[in-house]
Amino acid sequence: MQDWETVIGLEVHVALLTKSKLFCGCSTEYGAAPNSQTCPVCLGHPGGLPVLNEQALEYAIKAGLALNCRINYSCKFDRKQYFYPDMAKNYQISQDDQPLCSQGYVDLDVEGERKRIRINRAHLEEDAGKLTHEGDLVGAPSSLVDSNRCGVPLLEIVTEPDISSPAEARLFLNKLWNIIRYTGVSDCKMEEGSMRCDANISLRPRGSQGLGTKTELKNLNSFRAVERGLAFEAERQARLLAAGERVLQETRLWDVEAGVTRGMRSKEGAHDYRYFPEPNLPPLSLDAAWLERVSQTMPELPAAREERFIRELGLSPYDAEVLVAAREVADYFEEVLQHFSGAKAAANWVMGELLGRLKKDGLEIADCPVSPQHLANLLALQEKGQISSKMAKGVFEEMFNTGKDPKAIVKEKGLVQITDVDALKAVVDKVLSANPQSVEDYKGGKDRAFGFLVGQVMKETRGRANPQLVTKLLKERL
Amino acid sequence: MLTTKQVEEIAHTARLALREGEAKEFTRQLNQVLEKAQILQQLKTEGLAPTINPLPLTNVLRRDKVTGSLPRDLALANAPDHYGGCFRVPRIIE
Repeated sequence: MQDWETVIGLEVHVALLTKSKLFCGCSTEYGAAPNSQTCPVCLGHPGGLPVLNEQALEYAIKAGLALNCRINYSCKFDRKQYFYPDMAKNYQISQDDQPLCSQGYVDLDVEGERKRIRINRAHLEEDAGKLTHEGDLVGAPSSLVDSNRCGVPLLEIVTEPDISSPAEARLFLNKLWNIIRYTGVSDCKMEEGSMRCDANISLRPRGSQGLGTKTELKNLNSFRAVERGLAFEAERQARLLAAGERVLQETRLWDVEAGVTRGMRSKEGAHDYRYFPEPNLPPLSLDAAWLERVSQTMPELPAAREERFIRELGLSPYDAEVLVAAREVADYFEEVLQHFSGAKAAANWVMGELLGRLKKDGLEIADCPVSPQHLANLLALQEKGQISSKMAKGVFEEMFNTGKDPKAIVKEKGLVQITDVDALKAVVDKVLSANPQSVEDYKGGKDRAFGFLVGQVMKETRGRANPQLVTKLLKERL
Repeated sequence: MLTTKQVEEIAHTARLALREGEAKEFTRQLNQVLEKAQILQQLKTEGLAPTINPLPLTNVLRRDKVTGSLPRDLALANAPDHYGGCFRVPRIIE
């Protein structure tokens, strides 16, 4: 493997979150009964006339802008012809030589260095239907077609072959996922197919320029599958080349169970899709005002947010990166800050206790039983010294299980930290008189005895004593 | 000029089943069309934008509104075969 350089390019499809399809008024709702969301347009009946969904166009522009693309003022749609039962009309409406977006980029942080992955293009197209098979795949007498997905708007994002390893491909995909989710134009769920990734991979001798023969990988159904499938394929190609054999240009399927890629069909040159302009859709003519209007709806993107967290909130670059890595987490964090001003403490709690607890139960932050306002209240109680950090963790667990306000929990359980000097003095005196040996040990130079005495005071107060105050009082007395 | 072999290839790409002798006949006819097209090739078109659509229209758009779909029975009505609400087609794995 060390003799070879891996060259990877990705084609990523994201489904746009419109209510209706790209060219007709059928619903795009996921999970409906088969063929309950079809019409003459998306079924390709003669005479059905497609009309472009304005929202899909704006979403595509928005994603293009977020990916630093040039938005092409003049663009058109084309028919891509192929015969396959997932598309009844035998062509897909796509964009060939005039894509909506081109020449963008995404910057990655690869081992501390910034690496730019160029985006060749991002264009609008319609999705195809879903095929299933009766019985097992090989013995199936027939295939079944559900056309609900036909005509769902997709943005196809194509990178340049700038990615140099399977791990980098995953990193890119993660970053792309995050950016697109920030824009809100897609939910990018790989498990539901609203984000799909195909990968082209080839090897070349280390240090050389040209491109080797590539294979195209499909059936990469998760971020992990993308990385593992590419790693397997890089090794496979390296073995072939080392043995003096040729890599066959073909499409290969990743078999997640077996952990191997398998050849699907050989690709003799390019497919003859016979693209031609879609006559039923007039071309698009956009202008600066259009772009301006879409830009207005652009939220703060992850890179800018990360920068702001560092600059304005004083977070460390690491904390800022972790928090912005998913929009919902950063949103939650900022909502906590609406009610509590300690950014650093809030960041620690969100990244530590909160995400850890969610992970333990396999929950997403959207399902978090603890509201940002309640977490802010907890942080305030801790900051004011009303509860210790140890008590806060207990209260948090209770909040997580019951969804209650920490103030109510603290009140119910009588969990208020004892900061009353006189009350604590009494406890300290009681502990000292009950443990004369420890007092002797401490005076004889054994520091560990001090810790024991602090522990006894905490035990006596059921953890409610203010630890700093206990230390201070003990030192005074001894 | 097109050859009969090219015409047969185009027919295959478009999934057209030609009858005996048709490939030859269509080659002759298509070549006649191409000959006429040669005349158009003589026009000077430098500096002109290609015509993508003859209609004087751009940006024909619709609002993102669900306007309803066909009842499933109707969607499946013309299918040669269907099963469980799906279109049934010859199996696609070779």
